[in-house]
Amino acid sequence: MKKISAKKRQPRTSRSDFFILRLYIAGQTPNSVTAIANLKRICEDKLKGKYRIEVVDLLEKPQLAKGDQIIAIPTLVRRLPPPVKKIIGNLSKTESVIVGLDLQPAR
Amino acid sequence: MPRDRPKVVRTSIAKTPTGIQGLDEVTGGGLPKGRVSLVCGNAGCGKTLLAMEFLVHGALRYGEPGVCMNFEETEQKLTANVASLGFDLRELSKRKMLLIDSVAIERNQIAEAGEYNLEGLFIRLAHAVKTIKAKRVVLDSVQALFAGIGDSAILRSELQRLFRWLEDHKLTAIVTGEAGVHTLTRHGLEEYIADCVIALDHRVTEQISTRRLRIVKYRGTFHGTDEYPFLIDDDGISVVPITSLVLTHKALRDRVSSGIPALDEMMEGKGFFRGSSVLVTGTAGTGKSSLAANFTSAACARGELCLYFTFEESPSQILRNMRSVGLNLERWVKKRLLHFNAMRPTSTGLEGHLATIHKLIGTLRPSIVVIDPITNLVSASGNYDVKSMLVRLVDFLKVQQITSMFTNLTFAGDPQERTAAAVSSLMDTWIVLRDSKPNGRPRRELYVLKSRGMAHSREARELIVSKSGLELGIVLKDHTLASTVEVPGTAATAR
Repeated sequence: MKKISAKKRQPRTSRSDFFILRLYIAGQTPNSVTAIANLKRICEDKLKGKYRIEVVDLLEKPQLAKGDQIIAIPTLVRRLPPPVKKIIGNLSKTESVIVGLDLQPAR
Repeated sequence: MPRDRPKVVRTSIAKTPTGIQGLDEVTGGGLPKGRVSLVCGNAGCGKTLLAMEFLVHGALRYGEPGVCMNFEETEQKLTANVASLGFDLRELSKRKMLLIDSVAIERNQIAEAGEYNLEGLFIRLAHAVKTIKAKRVVLDSVQALFAGIGDSAILRSELQRLFRWLEDHKLTAIVTGEAGVHTLTRHGLEEYIADCVIALDHRVTEQISTRRLRIVKYRGTFHGTDEYPFLIDDDGISVVPITSLVLTHKALRDRVSSGIPALDEMMEGKGFFRGSSVLVTGTAGTGKSSLAANFTSAACARGELCLYFTFEESPSQILRNMRSVGLNLERWVKKRLLHFNAMRPTSTGLEGHLATIHKLIGTLRPSIVVIDPITNLVSASGNYDVKSMLVRLVDFLKVQQITSMFTNLTFAGDPQERTAAAVSSLMDTWIVLRDSKPNGRPRRELYVLKSRGMAHSREARELIVSKSGLELGIVLKDHTLASTVEVPGTAATAR
């Protein structure tokens, strides 16, 4: 899966408009696949060049579920910018994702 | 010829002991093994504690590691809460006998956008179970999920899947749930749990709380439908079974002096049977406590250990008052033969009193126990409660072969006399005291209304309380006792 490097709480290149998004999935289920695709599409559309997506497969790393308090799958966690926000679901409701992530409408 | 009997299919269900005192007794061995049990009740009824004890005893006594998925409290809080009961969760966690996973549900932080399931929860649970090879699981309490997960249809089907998952993995589990208004649990969890449902209740009647436990259903197991009072004290939960005590105590033939020679004389000259229970009823100021004090003092003089529970007066008050009737009880206290335990009847519910009484008797092992008076316990609860409590207490005392004396304040012509009648059936001996004023001269009357297993006197005597002690006076021909106190069943012979 994608790199998981955002352990550092405050990256040196901290910019208030840079997004670190972590998507928790459990295997390649239809919902997981849909969620990844939806997330990429929304980010490209709204956050081009200002985001990083980390995908965590809990089937491989179950111990990571506790840290972000994951219950539902898929769960998207906005780790940066603060505050931490969570969205559950396959992200097919684009509007809810935009509102949930607090994304500025694209100009 | 033997008649054809319908074949009884006895399916013996495998059980997992909870290790909770009394609970395994009333469930016939514990919770259904490899199944999910629901424990429900109001906030503060003891659900979490019961569940945690199930895990702690599982780890300590039965070598079964346990996982607690906790949806309501943080791990630190939970650890602190049960630490007050002497359970060291940290130590158990270190030894890999316990794993606590606290699931925080922050409603405001979670938005929903599309389809999802609760696979994350499954993965966490599976991971925890695998890490310590758990055999027991507690989910406390899953209804917290309803606050965090908006789509309750998904949640319901996922919970069902979760319970199935637990059973597929042969885990014995307790799921707790908050009581609902019209249903056992707020979200109807009981619909998904087929095997065992236990309801806890914490009732407050007239400002006094009593905890009760009821087995609502238990598939494949005969269980009582009674409500069992239970206690939470320093050692955790203990359920007091009502019906599990069988009447097998041995009746002793030894006799115990009442402390008043003339009263002994009325009972074949030998006094009470050892290990029997004696009820002393009387209106205010008739000398009930004096009678009890005489009884204890005589026992102490024989070198026997006495335990005196007082619900009305402080020990020093009793010592002072008894001095006025010529009894020096202080010397017995000093010699550690007489132990007082003073409790306000309203300080706790009946369960608490029962617990204290059981505990003290267990540690001191007295041969005589006085409870003065039980009337105040009547005021602490409903009639039924007192009776069921006394049944258990009297049985307990008899099994221990302890001679017990209970005093009971009655009011002339008052329904309280019926209370006395209700508890009197448990008692082996019933002594009635009463004031009367024939010809304007006040006097106290004493009458042995019943005394099982002996030819006791049926005469009423005057009880004389003076500075030099208690004595019995002349036989009264004009007494009012037998005619006013009616005992169901024995009334005919008493006359």
